[in-house]
Amino acid sequence: MRQIVVVSGKGGTGKTSVVASFAALAERPVLVDCDVDAADLHLVVQPTLVSRQDFIGGVRAAIDPERCNDCGECAELCRFGAIVGPAGERRIDPMACEGCGVCAWFCPAAAIDLVDRVDGEWYLSETRFGPLVHARLRPAGESSGKLVSLLRDRARSIAAARALDTVLVDGSPGIGCPVIASVTGADVVLVVTEPTLSGLHDLERVVCLTRHFGIPTLVAVNRWDVNEENTRRIEDTATRLGAAPAGRIRLDPAVTEAQIEGLPVVELTGNGAAGDIERVWRRVDWSSSVGRVLR
Amino acid sequence: MKIAVSSTGPSVDAACDERFGRCACFVIAESDGTVLGSVDNPNATQGHGAGIQAARLVADLGVSVVLTGRCGPNASDTLAAAGVSVVVGCTGTVGEALASYSAERGPSG
Amino acid sequence: MRIGIASGKGGTGKTTVATNLARTAVRRGRRVAYLDCDVEEPNGQIYLRPEIAWRRPVTLPVPVVDPGRCDGCGACGEICRFSAIVCVAGKVLVFPRLCHSCGGCSRVCPVDAIGEDLREVGVVSGGQEGKLAYRQGLLNVGEAMSPPLIRAVRAVEPVADLVVVDAPPGTSCAAVEALRGCDRVLLVTEPTPFARHDLELALDTVAQLGIPAEVVVNRAGRDGARTLALCERYGVEIVAELPDRRSIAEASSRGELAVEIDPEFEEWFQRLLAHLEDRR
Repeated sequence: MRQIVVVSGKGGTGKTSVVASFAALAERPVLVDCDVDAADLHLVVQPTLVSRQDFIGGVRAAIDPERCNDCGECAELCRFGAIVGPAGERRIDPMACEGCGVCAWFCPAAAIDLVDRVDGEWYLSETRFGPLVHARLRPAGESSGKLVSLLRDRARSIAAARALDTVLVDGSPGIGCPVIASVTGADVVLVVTEPTLSGLHDLERVVCLTRHFGIPTLVAVNRWDVNEENTRRIEDTATRLGAAPAGRIRLDPAVTEAQIEGLPVVELTGNGAAGDIERVWRRVDWSSSVGRVLR
Repeated sequence: MKIAVSSTGPSVDAACDERFGRCACFVIAESDGTVLGSVDNPNATQGHGAGIQAARLVADLGVSVVLTGRCGPNASDTLAAAGVSVVVGCTGTVGEALASYSAERGPSG
Repeated sequence: MRIGIASGKGGTGKTTVATNLARTAVRRGRRVAYLDCDVEEPNGQIYLRPEIAWRRPVTLPVPVVDPGRCDGCGACGEICRFSAIVCVAGKVLVFPRLCHSCGGCSRVCPVDAIGEDLREVGVVSGGQEGKLAYRQGLLNVGEAMSPPLIRAVRAVEPVADLVVVDAPPGTSCAAVEALRGCDRVLLVTEPTPFARHDLELALDTVAQLGIPAEVVVNRAGRDGARTLALCERYGVEIVAELPDRRSIAEASSRGELAVEIDPEFEEWFQRLLAHLEDRR
């Protein structure tokens, strides 16, 4: 089984459009949408929901006013400012609570319980390309790294159970906790970036991250024709950092049109950006099967 | 000496789970191949720190050797501190992993 | 007035709106503070080009165990819910990157063997350029937790007429941390299905935070009617619609601000600023 993870550093570089096209180009992949903050892949692969489950991200504290003797120790101990309200009406701010359990452990009246925190839902769906594992994090939901780990785990089980060879992951943006959870254990990472200074800046950060974990990394520049000089700089930087260019994708209104139609762009047309994405796919496909990238 | 194999199921016929921290369970065996039983890995769906807790679990079971596919740095450090040695790169079934481990150690093991 | 600039989806032009708004306000003589809280990818400086005058490491307390005192009781490993400290075979191991700095282990230790040390998770930096005060946080590569860094940026907020908070994209804990305490939020979106879906999540989030929100549509064009319908359903006003212009995309790719090269954009941002100040 091989795991292909597509990430972007900064958001909005067209990562999900690329993943949707890869879904159509790959042979029976298991799809995973790890962009749990802003999961969009389902909008272009038209899933049929099979099952839905709560995601328990962790615990949070809850004060039982019956047992509370109002000593205030919890407020002194909490380092996250999560104990709010005046004496007599102390309660937990669920958005600030880190779930460390220190207040519950030390409460002299044993008046604080740790309760499961539902941070979102995760879904198993079927698409015409293959199964899709996806999720929706609740507003201000935490533990997105844990949710990403869970989604990838389920995808691997499904791939193993159905003897599917490819797990295709739409990764999280940025370089923080969910991205780390998205890329660990990947056979190859494709970074989809754009030829802006911020694209360049973020590319350096995300490639440092994938190299930190020793994962073969490819870089594709989306909308490369907006700034050819930056495109070259990005490709040079990628090469210098130990990643390899995977190709250029042109600015093409067909990409947005496909999104509006709810289709991968390679199903709408074979030309323009769709042709570019198909060529990027061939490099990714090959790199992931041999576990290395070529300069 | 006890050996723990990261496994996808509770028997020697189950496939090895290449992951250490997030494997489904551990099959525990003696060095002569006698299977003592299996233990579910409650850390499989944990966020960060699954490997550390799995390492603690096998250390608390008195295991001396872990056979697995891959083992991350946090889990490796925890196992090392507990004096548990790790063999990575195991494939095939649990039984095969145990057999190839004893074969490599030689008859004296 | 403290304005949070956010978006459900990354890449919709959140930083574009934040930086152009900040520059416009400076040009209108306001004292502006720009807080780049998108600490995983702080890009405001690319457009605003402030001279960074100071940098300060952001640290978090993590446990340090004195092996001479530790008797291997394991209480620290029991209280820690993040596997950041664990006791195996009578030895205590600390994994600083997993530590949430709750202080539970050092407090629970019966023999007082656990102290705290400071670990750097990122850098907060700042500078002044005319009437613009710039602050940003930068998370170290490989670090998982951005909220403490966002709090550090918020803690060095200077006095200003207008504080622009560039929040991280999405609706997670990091975005919430950046928006907490803002007087209002501008949600930046595009008229595409992806952006609209993510805008809806962001609208839910700001509603939960109880912060009044308004929407800026970037790259406005076809498919705008559905974005309008969504905003109407939430009772949220679209306060600016910025057209999709290749010249702006190209300028932006070079790190140039739209208000500096296109008089029409300058006018739209002046109007946006006036609108925000009216609402105060």
